Amino acid sequence: MKMTKIVRTTADVFYPFCLVFGLYVVMHGHLTPGGGFQGGAVMATGAALLLVAHAYEDITGRLRKTAMKILEAIGLMMFLFAGLSGLLFERPFMGNWMAFTGKWFSHPVAHGPNPGDLNTAGLLPLLNIGVGIEVLGGLTIILLYMLSGIHAEKKP
Amino acid sequence: MMKIALYSAILLVLFGGLMYLAADLPFGAPLQSDMDDYFIKNGQEQTGANNIVTSIVFDFRGFDTLGEATVLFTAVLGVGMMFRKMKEGEEYEND
Repeated sequence: MKMTKIVRTTADVFYPFCLVFGLYVVMHGHLTPGGGFQGGAVMATGAALLLVAHAYEDITGRLRKTAMKILEAIGLMMFLFAGLSGLLFERPFMGNWMAFTGKWFSHPVAHGPNPGDLNTAGLLPLLNIGVGIEVLGGLTIILLYMLSGIHAEKKP
Repeated sequence: MMKIALYSAILLVLFGGLMYLAADLPFGAPLQSDMDDYFIKNGQEQTGANNIVTSIVFDFRGFDTLGEATVLFTAVLGVGMMFRKMKEGEEYEND
């Protein structure tokens, strides 16, 4: 079951833009509205667009189940280990040890409105990226599983 | 037809009563705002994030967010178990 050529071409054109916008929402999670969950959902929407426009058999080369499983596991592990890394620096679990240390993601922030700096907020960008990867992999693999189920039902 | 009219009337009365009760609730003026004031006042300096929602979700209550991520992971595991590939000659148990 595939859509017409117009829909397929539009999906192919918009798919990278969906991914880029989702990545933007994830990376700017500590500055602008949004964050890991929302950005991951936007990226998964791109995958859903591709899946709806094409047939399932044509898409398996671009979206692989194994890759999505690995992405999901990596995202959750990244979240967990970013949280645990505070223990190495004499801070509690999920303690924000990276903020204001002068290393990565650690510029100081003044109270009140300011133009915003990507290089702030310590651990929060790492946690955002982890959650974003996890939501991307999780939602995409749910869609892949469901569509492959339909495919297997129709075969005989 | 009568049944639908009756149900509609009951729903309307319930909705009107709810709206009447809700009209007295104070909106936009919380009674206890100590915690909100603390987050708005200190969120930026303590976490370094401009987005106060993110600083609450990922820092002040980061442990809850770990739970959220785990819930998503578990949901995906459940879907994967439901839609798995059947083995050759395998039957459903409750047929």
